[in-house]
Amino acid sequence: MARYIEAAANVQPVRHTWALPRAAHALFLFCRRKPLGALGGFLILVMLVMALGAPWIAHYSYDESIPGARMKPPGAQFWMGTDNLSRDVWSRVVYGARVSVTVGFVTIALSTFVAMCVGVSSAYIGGAYDIAVQRVVDAWMSFPYLVIILSLMAVLGPGLLNLILSLSILVAASSARVIRGAALSVMENPYIESARAMGTGHLRVVLRHVVPNLLATVIIVATIGLGGVILAESSLSFLGLGVPPPRPSWGAMLAGSGRSFMQRAPWMAIFPGAAISLAVFGFNMLGDALRDVLDPRLRGTGPGPAR
Amino acid sequence: MLRRYLLKRLVVAIPSLIIASLIVFTLPRLLPGDAVQLMLEEKAYGKDVDDLRHKLGLDRPIYIQYFAWVGNVLRGNLGESLWTKRTVTEELGMRLPITLLLGGLAIGFAIVIAIPIGVLSAVRADTMRDYVARSVAIVGLSVPSFWIATLVIVLPAIWWGWTPHLGFTEFSKAPVAHVLQFILPALILGIASAAGIMRLTRAMLLEVLRQDYVRTAWAKGLREGVVVLKHSLKNAVIPVVTILGIQLAQIFSGTVIIESIFQLPGMGRFLFDAILQRDYPVIQGINLLVVSIIVLMNLLVDLLYAVLDPRIRYS
Repeated sequence: MARYIEAAANVQPVRHTWALPRAAHALFLFCRRKPLGALGGFLILVMLVMALGAPWIAHYSYDESIPGARMKPPGAQFWMGTDNLSRDVWSRVVYGARVSVTVGFVTIALSTFVAMCVGVSSAYIGGAYDIAVQRVVDAWMSFPYLVIILSLMAVLGPGLLNLILSLSILVAASSARVIRGAALSVMENPYIESARAMGTGHLRVVLRHVVPNLLATVIIVATIGLGGVILAESSLSFLGLGVPPPRPSWGAMLAGSGRSFMQRAPWMAIFPGAAISLAVFGFNMLGDALRDVLDPRLRGTGPGPAR
Repeated sequence: MLRRYLLKRLVVAIPSLIIASLIVFTLPRLLPGDAVQLMLEEKAYGKDVDDLRHKLGLDRPIYIQYFAWVGNVLRGNLGESLWTKRTVTEELGMRLPITLLLGGLAIGFAIVIAIPIGVLSAVRADTMRDYVARSVAIVGLSVPSFWIATLVIVLPAIWWGWTPHLGFTEFSKAPVAHVLQFILPALILGIASAAGIMRLTRAMLLEVLRQDYVRTAWAKGLREGVVVLKHSLKNAVIPVVTILGIQLAQIFSGTVIIESIFQLPGMGRFLFDAILQRDYPVIQGINLLVVSIIVLMNLLVDLLYAVLDPRIRYS
């Protein structure tokens, strides 16, 4: 009898959160287990809110010159000061989130789709096709990323769409490598063989049995990739080959004619750079935490008890 | 066995190099037709469109162009810069040493900083010190190098009225100043690599520390220093060697930005200028050289890997 009571008592702590919807409960557990990952998620959320609500959050338009407010230090009216063209830095940082979010998410969506097609087909078909695809990916990846993108941008010309296209091609190559590896290990599973033995078609096996099991890997790769894409976009914009002005991009705000004024107005340099760093930091932290939580191969191998 | 491994590895490297050369060769040829016209109007590279097409070698069938180009490359002829009119080989010869020194110093700094921190972090896993080190590493991966470089130029000027020297000092004029001018850019360039190397060192060392032979070493009563540094670290750094090739590519990307900011006349800045000026022979030449160096380094790294870890040769 006493044993039954003990067993019931052991079940209790899991049960008392039953009132929370499942997603919220999972979120709560994630925050408790991975506080740094949750911090990353919070930073990303802030960035998304800034991008979506820019017209309401920013105090001025991003290219509005405010009369008599040239290079004012941060204060109550101008939270992050003003630049050499009398524009409010806070408003420009808020609008800058739009470029980063657009380029980041569209690039990752495009490249993940391409990487899925290439990676899964390479793993599933195998043979000479696999070898050929992997050699191309090898060659593509042996280029320094900036060299490839700069060369592509030189050919395509600057602009938002070209930037997204060239970044996607690059990211797709490295993601395809990871997805291929994950697909190969999924295909080792007996259920793939069973499905084939039951007469399921190739396409159905891939779509119903291989792809869904790659989801965790894809989410991790995409999250960490987003940080990398935002960093690359800001580097390109810094070099003047990203999104053309007057659209404010965080990288471009650190470059160009403003540089000579930065010793007198350091806030022009500090805030856009901090925005890039925080955004990339957020994605890296969240990606790291998601990998620990989602990747079953890594689960439990880490040091310390997984509570 | 080592020889067979070497052969196998070479057989893999050669197609990579050929495909890379195809990519290098194809990129400028993706130019839309009227871009040649545009180049002509912008910079007056040639007398007329036909002359410029001839100079770029665009007036012959594509496969002949490729083989002619490869033939020239193998003879060390990379063409002539449209902008400076000097041969690309000559231009690269002047700039390669600067970038090699910068990149070499950067990767050196990265290793010297990252491995001790990675070791400390693994040995004291899940302590405050470990959390701080890991968080700092993620920050290092997140902060753009051009921002740090900008702050290093801007902030000391405000605080102490000191600015790092921008511009280039020749070795022949002031040898000490020549080397010193690379230290700050190389440190900034090495940050991201250091973060990556530190994370890998920590992860690998943790893996090794869990193995049986390490427990035996502890059981024998060996001191911590001996167990960690002599028994474990040796095996843990082997995988770290393999990512040096990837780090190298990353560092070259960084030189494009850092050389521009610190005004060092290396290959990175040269590439950037060439791209702005649409100087295609130069772009091709630099891309090919960089890719060849990286493929070669990866080959060397793999060989080193096989020498350090005999298990690799047999798999």
